[in-house]
Amino acid sequence: MRKVRVCVLRTAGTNCDKETAFAFSKVGATVELVHINRLIEKKKDIFNYDILAIPGGFTYGDDVSAGKILANELRFRLIDKIKKFIQKQRLIIGICNGFQVLIKAGVLPGNRNFIQEASLVTNDSAKFEDRWVHLLLTDKRCIWTKGLPKIIYLPVAHAEGKFVVKDRSILLRLKKNSQIVFQYCNEKGELLGYPYNPNGSVENIAGICDETGRIFGLMPHPERHIDFLQHPNWQKNGIGLQIFRNGVEYVRKNF
Amino acid sequence: MKWHIEIREKIFDAIGEGVLRDILDLGITTVKKVFFIQVYNIVGEISFLEVKKICEELLVDRITQNYTINKPHLAKSRYESVVEIAYNPGVMDPVEGSVVKAIRDLGIKSPITVKTAKKYILEGRLNNFQLNTICEKLLYNKLIQHIVKSSEFEVEELRLPEYQFRLITIPILEANDKKLMAISRKGQLFLNLKEMQTIKAYFKKLGRNPTDCELETIAQTWSEHCIHKTFKGKIRYIEKIKNQKSRIKIINNLLKSTIMKSTEKLKKPWCISVFKDNSGVIRFDKRYNVCFKVETHNHPSALEPYGGANTGIGGVIRDPLGTGLGAKPIFNTDVFCFAPPDYPFKKLPPGVLHPKRIMKGVVAGVRDYGNKMGIPTINGAILFHEGFIGNPLVYCGTAGILPKEKSFKEPKSTDLIVLVGGRTGRDGIHGATFSSGELTTESEKVSSGAVQIGNPIEEKKMQEAILEARDKNLYNAITDCGGGGLSSAVGEMGKDLGVEVYLEKVPLKYQGLSYTEIWISESQERMILSVPKNKLNKLLEIFKKEDVEATVIGKFTDTKKLKLYYKNNLVCNLDMKFLHQGLPKIEKKAIFVKRNYKEPNFKEPKDLKKYLLRLLSHPDIASKEWVIRQYDHEVQGGSILKPLVGVYNDGPSDASIVRPILNSKRGLIVSSGINFRFGFIDPYWMAGSCIDEALRQIIAVGGSLEEVALLDNFCWGNPDKPDRLGSLVRTALGCYDFALGFGVPFISGKDSLNNEYRIKNKSISIPGTLLISAIAVMEDIHKAISMYLKKPKDLIYIVGQTYDELGGSHYYDLFGYIGNNVPKVNTKKAKQVFEALSKANSEGIIKAMHDCSEGGLAVALAEMAFSGDLGVEVFLNEVPYKGNQIRNDFVLFSESNSRFIVEIEKEDQKKFENILEGVPFGLIGCVSKDKIFNVYGLDGKLCISAGILDLKEAWQKPLRW
Repeated sequence: MRKVRVCVLRTAGTNCDKETAFAFSKVGATVELVHINRLIEKKKDIFNYDILAIPGGFTYGDDVSAGKILANELRFRLIDKIKKFIQKQRLIIGICNGFQVLIKAGVLPGNRNFIQEASLVTNDSAKFEDRWVHLLLTDKRCIWTKGLPKIIYLPVAHAEGKFVVKDRSILLRLKKNSQIVFQYCNEKGELLGYPYNPNGSVENIAGICDETGRIFGLMPHPERHIDFLQHPNWQKNGIGLQIFRNGVEYVRKNF
Repeated sequence: MKWHIEIREKIFDAIGEGVLRDILDLGITTVKKVFFIQVYNIVGEISFLEVKKICEELLVDRITQNYTINKPHLAKSRYESVVEIAYNPGVMDPVEGSVVKAIRDLGIKSPITVKTAKKYILEGRLNNFQLNTICEKLLYNKLIQHIVKSSEFEVEELRLPEYQFRLITIPILEANDKKLMAISRKGQLFLNLKEMQTIKAYFKKLGRNPTDCELETIAQTWSEHCIHKTFKGKIRYIEKIKNQKSRIKIINNLLKSTIMKSTEKLKKPWCISVFKDNSGVIRFDKRYNVCFKVETHNHPSALEPYGGANTGIGGVIRDPLGTGLGAKPIFNTDVFCFAPPDYPFKKLPPGVLHPKRIMKGVVAGVRDYGNKMGIPTINGAILFHEGFIGNPLVYCGTAGILPKEKSFKEPKSTDLIVLVGGRTGRDGIHGATFSSGELTTESEKVSSGAVQIGNPIEEKKMQEAILEARDKNLYNAITDCGGGGLSSAVGEMGKDLGVEVYLEKVPLKYQGLSYTEIWISESQERMILSVPKNKLNKLLEIFKKEDVEATVIGKFTDTKKLKLYYKNNLVCNLDMKFLHQGLPKIEKKAIFVKRNYKEPNFKEPKDLKKYLLRLLSHPDIASKEWVIRQYDHEVQGGSILKPLVGVYNDGPSDASIVRPILNSKRGLIVSSGINFRFGFIDPYWMAGSCIDEALRQIIAVGGSLEEVALLDNFCWGNPDKPDRLGSLVRTALGCYDFALGFGVPFISGKDSLNNEYRIKNKSISIPGTLLISAIAVMEDIHKAISMYLKKPKDLIYIVGQTYDELGGSHYYDLFGYIGNNVPKVNTKKAKQVFEALSKANSEGIIKAMHDCSEGGLAVALAEMAFSGDLGVEVFLNEVPYKGNQIRNDFVLFSESNSRFIVEIEKEDQKKFENILEGVPFGLIGCVSKDKIFNVYGLDGKLCISAGILDLKEAWQKPLRW
């Protein structure tokens, strides 16, 4: 079977690298934790990997705003490589802080010039919150969410997760292109306010993908629910694992 | 050029809204709107276009924010107040480093400095007094921040003059006793006369006066904070209890003769390293050990709650990191005691912050450090009492995991001393000696150097580098710089060898520090490594890769001397033996006189539902969800039993379980027992109750007594006062008896004394408070149990005997009573209960279990019901109860120890009851699908009938901020 190589990107303040790596390795990938300095110094080459995963954490302490400084490193130090990585149709996933990075680097929702069109800002509650949320699988374009049930259950843990867009046209484009992957909801799938929508996101948006469905960012943590024992009531299988499996299987089938 | 950038939200200002809510809390209703502005002041040779680029590409989120350059917002009318808050010179601005780095990423290379500030626009009419109140109570803390005058918008640059070396000696040889004490006081050394005399005699032998640095080093090393002289000294203890013969005991070393002695006697083979290292180490599995430590950071948190708690958790994280050859932190715990959050502002003593502000600051401090380090905060407790008004208690704990062959350290006399992590500044000077004294209204003025802010990302980077260097065997020993700074870290590590340090090599945050300041600074995020010369380059390379500074500052020797140099000048030359063994033993007096409170005499209230609701709303008992959710309790992916459980994830878990090795089925359970109210009556039984509570929580979540280790944390008043010390000794005696009785060893501990607050001539001590933290290895996490009811028609049992032990109970507290009949512990009977339940769980028949603690069986049962969204039908005459008075309220609310409520499937009844043979238990009722909480009294009549949603609301409302 083809070896699927995953680069879990880390830097100062990355926290969820090890469990993200564990989730990928559980579904058969070969995972490496790579410090961004190694990519900048060209000691490591991003093209040696099929999947780039940017995990959760507080890169650079969330200073300025969450994910911003790492996003700028991608934009100003690695932009050509990232562009080429995307052109080569490889996969990218950003979880929590990684999603913030992808949004602020303009990789998501995605346009040619990497101009930021959306943002993830301070929760309406003005504080960090760790809670489990129901997610409605809204659109099916994303390759990372194949085979998931209509409603899944994952934890969020963040202070800056409120999804906002520059203007209405961005939202319309997201809808038109089926880029809205997950929306916060209740157990029946209804889109409701706090605490179901834990941060006040526009249209309850919890995760989006790019136009191709290969680049995916989400605030909830699938790596924290890959095993039924992580579920708060130990009742459901680790549904988050499917997301990692989808990435790995996509590479196996298409690369 | 100086550039002043202001950034403001366009759409929704969450921070402003939060401040507005806090202002309303202060009782000021005239403010209608608050806007928050983030300020960056940048100084450097950069052009307007470059600043614009910095704003648009870095500082400003252009989707949601607007900005201005050099156009500060000024108040437009008298209905608008504008306040800008900046850090004081010398206080670390945690954001500065990353912003400078990010500006470099933009390709701007000219030298710059960046300082941040926060600006608030308050709309609405305010008089000066109200504005001052808002500023002082909410917006800033003058110890670390100041209000920027509206005319200046310049960078507060720290331009300290360069330090000019001048050797300072202190004339103690010529000093009489009065002068000796004056030297101790003036230098904030907190050394007593006998100690000063001993120092004088030592230097007389040497024929010279000490340098300031030598005296400081001795003061640090001999401080209560570093050497725990009360616990290790000699105590003459007198105990007087009514109707008992008073006893007198001479105790030579309280720690060794109580806490440590029980561990020695128990001889558990899985205790790997106890009372030696920065934390206690026990076996986890064939490949790994785990370590655990709990510390306190009370004094700093009283003055600056955010910074105090922040550096408190930052400091205790470095304990596992500095244990053996370094352990990876796997979880944090936190336990706090505050004065009641609704404490009237008018009653606040001068110089004291309001408890609600302290609590919010402390929670935010723990939250930011723990979350940013990526360590889950999984267990804790918060209790309230007026006695904590001047001295809040902030206990922070961290556990770590390390490969078993990395569990010990040994510096070699040929090793180099390498300082890693953050830079050294003036922060935290005199922290260790300061915490060894009482707080006064003046404390905030004289001791402000002792307050600091942490930088978790610095510590996280350092952790990554350390663990990599550890796995490559690049050093022989490691320890953290905590209280006492380099002085205590280096001095302690080299005490059997000898040390030479070249102080000018220590990297500084800014110039101007004297050699002594460098040596005793308590700047955070620093650790010391003992590195063989031939491994140095490899080690430095690893730290460089993680962007962490690592500097050789000296070497170990075999001279048994502590020698410090500053630019080739010898500034300290002390014998290690004198430093570490020269402390004169002082005999302290301790008296324990058991107080007899009035046993209350009142009739059983008719409306017991009302009292159940009031108990659920008692701040000790009420839901702490507001706090718990602010901590990431699931990072690292190992969360098995979360602190909040139930159908809606909002019930109170008894303990938490984590799986530190993700592909293993082994887990760790962590719990805590604390109840200072029992200590009012008899601290001996408080110790018993705390240990029982911590252990029964472990049983309640499916653990066993097989491999459980305890930590003790004593927070007490001034140990020079015999009554304070008396209750402390009695508690320690209790710790010994009950640890032995349960067969559970202590592996580490810490004391924080002098928790007293002085106003004029009156000194207020905190209630003597013991925290017992327990850590248990769980063989199979699949055996975990949660506390909420699962299914209608299941059977409900109480296991364990209930007595009329209402002394110190929360029920009595509702009436303002303390009472006398404090809950006791019979370890033999308790163990039978624990073991029977462990056995039942190993057979897989327990569906839910919850321990009875604050508020007794009624509160435990109510919590199980509303967390499971189910009702109960329960009969009190089935509860095994012994007491002089047979009353419903006593059965319901007694806080007797070693009791559990258990849910069992009907078909398992026989099996369960067989296992319980010989143990007191009662089948008290069953789960019902109606969401009604029905309790039938001893007369068989309904005595409480309440909707579970009403119970839940009473429990959630008080701390839903």
